[in-house]
Amino acid sequence: MTTEILGVIATYGITLLLAWPLSKYIVKIFKGERTWSDFMAPLERLFFKIAGINPKEEMNWKQHMKALLTINMVWFVYAFFALMFQDKLPLNPDGNPGQSADLAFNTAISFVVNCNLQHYAGESGVTYFTQLFVLAFLQFVSAATGIAALIVVFKAMKEKTTTQLGNFWDIFLKTITRILLPISIVIALIFIFNGMPASYAGKDTVITMQGDTVNVSRGPAAGFVAIKHLGTNGGGWFGANSAHPLENPNYVTWMTEMVAQVVIPIAMVFALGMFIQRKKFAYVIFGIMTIGMICLLIPSMQQEMGGNPAIAHMGIQQATGAMEGKEVRFGAAATGYWSTVTTIISTGSICGFHDSTMPLTGLMQLLAMMLNCFYGGCGVGILNYYIFIIIAVFISGLMVGRTPEFMGHKLEAREVKIAAIITLLSPFLILAGTALSSWVLVHHPDVNWAVKPSTWLNNPGYHGFSEMLYEYTSSNANNGSGFEGLGDGNVFWNVSTGFVLILGRFLPIIGPVAIAGLMAAKKHIPESAGTLKTDSLTFGAMTFAVIIILTALSYFPALALGPIAEYFSL
Amino acid sequence: MKKYLWPSIKLTLLLVVLLGGIYPLFLAGIAKMAPGKGDGITVMHNGKVVGYENIAQKFTADKYFQPRPSAVDYNAASSGGSNKSAGNPDYLKTVAERIDTFMVHNPDVKKSDIPAELVTASASGLDPHLTPAAAYVQISRVAKARGIAADRLKQLIDANTKAPVLGIFGLSTVNVLKLNIALDDLK
Repeated sequence: MTTEILGVIATYGITLLLAWPLSKYIVKIFKGERTWSDFMAPLERLFFKIAGINPKEEMNWKQHMKALLTINMVWFVYAFFALMFQDKLPLNPDGNPGQSADLAFNTAISFVVNCNLQHYAGESGVTYFTQLFVLAFLQFVSAATGIAALIVVFKAMKEKTTTQLGNFWDIFLKTITRILLPISIVIALIFIFNGMPASYAGKDTVITMQGDTVNVSRGPAAGFVAIKHLGTNGGGWFGANSAHPLENPNYVTWMTEMVAQVVIPIAMVFALGMFIQRKKFAYVIFGIMTIGMICLLIPSMQQEMGGNPAIAHMGIQQATGAMEGKEVRFGAAATGYWSTVTTIISTGSICGFHDSTMPLTGLMQLLAMMLNCFYGGCGVGILNYYIFIIIAVFISGLMVGRTPEFMGHKLEAREVKIAAIITLLSPFLILAGTALSSWVLVHHPDVNWAVKPSTWLNNPGYHGFSEMLYEYTSSNANNGSGFEGLGDGNVFWNVSTGFVLILGRFLPIIGPVAIAGLMAAKKHIPESAGTLKTDSLTFGAMTFAVIIILTALSYFPALALGPIAEYFSL
Repeated sequence: MKKYLWPSIKLTLLLVVLLGGIYPLFLAGIAKMAPGKGDGITVMHNGKVVGYENIAQKFTADKYFQPRPSAVDYNAASSGGSNKSAGNPDYLKTVAERIDTFMVHNPDVKKSDIPAELVTASASGLDPHLTPAAAYVQISRVAKARGIAADRLKQLIDANTKAPVLGIFGLSTVNVLKLNIALDDLK
């Protein structure tokens, strides 16, 4: 038990130790200073030359967003058709079929938006070609998209008055060539030497000790699993994701995957402070995010290690905690930690099934995704937090009766309206989606879809409701984990979550970039004694309160019907 | 938007080749030097491959140590857990049945000694490990079925137990397949 907790503490410690130098490196890259990775420069120049891009051309925030949306659209079209016709494409040793149009729609969007919802199983629903050339590719570029958007906001916050916010293509490509690709290679090598498959061999057939014939799915998973975590994507090579013993063979790979998924989100917070030269501002944000994580983490670990009370009644021993849907090599504490981290940042990979976790752990997972800003996904975590900062600045301004200012620029109606819309968007998408699915379930239980609504839910009662709530929460947060018992492989879920995915991704990217871009173009006001100090602990606490109040008010009724009711009924 | 379309398409193609083609190919090349050559690590017994080190396989006979229950019936062409919630009545019935079955096959074991991991399904359905406690609790059954002293089986389990990383991080685990191979080799 002690070693389980020590393992978790060590893993978090290693993450911090690595995030610090990584943040310095990230800042150097985007300030255009010299780094060890300059040997990649010729490759970047070659790419720009062929693609006809001038990486020195400065863009304003609108041009950034146009470039970002255009290339994302290209990826969607490419992924959609590749997935539908994957059976006709090479690298399909297991002979898997093409995806249906609605599934391909959902899968393509889901990977473009860094969510990786996966309404299919990796062993049978995709081919090696689509895993590598479509899904792993999207795992790189969607993470780079989030980081590129964040760097635009960094630049906007740093400058006194400007509309010139760097070049999207330059930031985007460097994120891949200087950050994601080299680190992914290092991580993949750790995996490979711990026995994770990396070759292109198809299924193997073995005869077991008891004489059963078993097919074993394999494939070039190591590189995929590396970027899956580093890019906070979370989509698994196998159906069981990182609970699969070939996708996460031992505790060392567990630690590696755990560090990999949270190192960039934490490093980006430190990088924020260095980049805009307001270190204290970033430390306060880091502190609030960490406190938020710990508030979610402690109940989760305590609940999972405590075991299932319903099983305790049966009179057996639960020294190892609630082991349904968990793996022995990780144990309850580590799985509890993973479940918190994977939901606060938008990874959504799992090392134990969330559907089978305790009700309060489920509550923490849902809350974590609803907040979606404690560290958060690659780039987008800070963008989400930025919106809460804007709201907090606005409310503070109302309280003292001054025009609110942030980073030396006036915060006016237009920016606050954008922030308000983004804040309201999440509860709207999540609650309206859940309401719609509940309505279909009750009023049209026998519609002839691939999975009939009457058989959607894998569990009765409150938990069944939580399964639907979780699916939309995960989609909106671009998280990608699920209460996987839900029968989501049909046109209703594929299409409805598909739209939630798009809106839940791009509006929360465009919003903060627009606010930052609009503010940066305004006249700079030097700080005075009356300026609200956004790097103080008081303001940090204010932001925290805004986050909690906005979220608690929006979601409490739904949470009360789901995990909270389940807890009291157990 | 039009201005960005061609650059987007060309950059996408280049990156698909780099990230989808060259990157995994490079890794597959290096994996040739790794254990299992990147194909997954297999386990040999009497000159034959009998399974993958990290994939649980079905052991139903009393003379073998048995792995945790699997929601996918140990079919490694798929994977997954039961996704049953903690209070689901059907699920709790399944667990109660597993406990009863275990008691029938292991009459010497007290109910309060049965570790939960032996009657709950793993996440992957392919969990290759047991905790030492979940292996110990099967000793009396295996000892009877094979006519081997319980002490020797305990030693065998201990010899096949992998300690936590550096002795302090994580859990002790017993690989069921390797343990059963060692068991067959005992005579």
